[in-house]
Amino acid sequence: MNALVDPFLTNGFMANALLGGLIVAVACGVVGTLVVLRGLAFIGDALSHGVLPGIAVAMLLGYPGILGAAVGSAVMIGGIGYLTRKSSLSNDTAIGLFFVGMLALGVIIVSRSSSFSGDLVRVLFGELLGISRTDILIQAAATVLILAAAIVFHRPFLLLCFSPEQADMAGYPSRLFHGIMLAMIALTVIVSFQTVGTMLVFGMLLAPAAASALFARRISTMMAGASALGAVSVYAGLLASYHFDLAAGAAITLTATLLFFGSFAVSRLARRREGPPAAGTASPSGSSAVLP
Amino acid sequence: MSGAVTGGAVPVLAAGRLSVGYGRKAVVEGIELELGRGATLALVGANGSGKSTLLKTMAGLLPALAGSMKVFGGRPGRNPSRVAYLGQFHSNQLMLPLRALDVVRMARYPTLGLMRRATAEDERMVREAMERMGIGGLAREPLSGLSGGQRQRVHIAQALARGAELLLLDEPEANLDAESKETLLSAVRAAVQAGGTVVIATHDIKEASRCDQAMLLAQRVVAYGPGCSVLTPDTLLSTFGVTARMEEGRVVVVEREHRHECGE
Repeated sequence: MNALVDPFLTNGFMANALLGGLIVAVACGVVGTLVVLRGLAFIGDALSHGVLPGIAVAMLLGYPGILGAAVGSAVMIGGIGYLTRKSSLSNDTAIGLFFVGMLALGVIIVSRSSSFSGDLVRVLFGELLGISRTDILIQAAATVLILAAAIVFHRPFLLLCFSPEQADMAGYPSRLFHGIMLAMIALTVIVSFQTVGTMLVFGMLLAPAAASALFARRISTMMAGASALGAVSVYAGLLASYHFDLAAGAAITLTATLLFFGSFAVSRLARRREGPPAAGTASPSGSSAVLP
Repeated sequence: MSGAVTGGAVPVLAAGRLSVGYGRKAVVEGIELELGRGATLALVGANGSGKSTLLKTMAGLLPALAGSMKVFGGRPGRNPSRVAYLGQFHSNQLMLPLRALDVVRMARYPTLGLMRRATAEDERMVREAMERMGIGGLAREPLSGLSGGQRQRVHIAQALARGAELLLLDEPEANLDAESKETLLSAVRAAVQAGGTVVIATHDIKEASRCDQAMLLAQRVVAYGPGCSVLTPDTLLSTFGVTARMEEGRVVVVEREHRHECGE
């Protein structure tokens, strides 16, 4: 029993890591649900990697990395939107171009600077075990902002996931609320890069929400489930990291991914036990007879 | 009833020298129309004829390329709670954790705003629309578990539950069997009786002929006027490149190039 609790009671850095990680889990659970339902996985992935040059430049100039991450994601979201609107290229082509361009730029900046090698590992994989009080406060503020946006805008977001046309028809411009959703993803990525790192934050956005999507029948329960699964991943990952001397961020993300595949197996088994759907209510050929 | 506006009343829909299309490419040009309260307009045409483009312009989802399009005397899209629109394609919704009831409830969002709780009246309108479309019993079923026809009825119920004064329906009969189609038509009639105005893009010539007005489209306005008089073999031939008539108890199909008979 002690092995499950003691590491957090006896080590201040472990308690901080747990608190910071849990806050990230909540933000990622809420935003990840929107990412999964709205099909924004690719832009989420691109954002989490594309912030690298922003962070690198900020660190080189002596500014906080978080500021550089904010500028980097703003450049990406603005650039992708502009390119999609002004060219006939599809949205994912635009995302891909900015993704590789920004990542390459980040690597070049980092490789030109001799003082950077240790910092790069920190940016990519986070430094959860060295997280400070200030970091936790910034994360908590951002998570409160994300929760508030998810609550206040739940109707436009639901309409947008359901049909952008219906969002427009209801008086909620789809472009505006799509932009707000992207800003929420960016904010999550920006504040999470210190905990799990830019490489792994995407896993925390996707895996718990995807696992929760297998069972949830309401969007609010999907968000709550994703946050809970994320929290379990943080706790279990940190414990594994402590006892087996593993990299904390990677242990957490791997736990989240394993939880997804476990949930997937359970949902397959449950479906098999339920048997085929009852006739009349769920048969795909039910009442869609050919028009006379 | 001709559907045109008489006296000084503001028409529900009015278009003058209207061009509709996507981007800069016009699909139909020179559209003139006027529709008053309680009137029905059928848009008839083959795929790609401009029916959906015109409907989307009425809904405010597409800007008018030229000319004017007024809804309730103002810009389209300005009155979310007064207009309901049923689109043709419903993609990417099956993975949403939504029940049929949740989908129909979305119809009340423009009235409720961001945070206000639904009232008993909102719930009554939602229930009534679902009952009307014969899906009251499916309210708690997940959307992903419904058949194509059942899902279409959920979408139609969503449009009805808005309690809108203007209903814009893009091929609402798609995926519906004969019985559900009757249910749809009686729902449309009830909406009209309650003073609603309905524009319906359809392939159903018989139903279109019963509308106050019909507009035949083939990337241009082929004909526009009272439904019973504009749907003639000649206008249908120009619209679809094919038409049919009854001759001695047999359906005779007439095509643009030549004519041949088909049994039954």
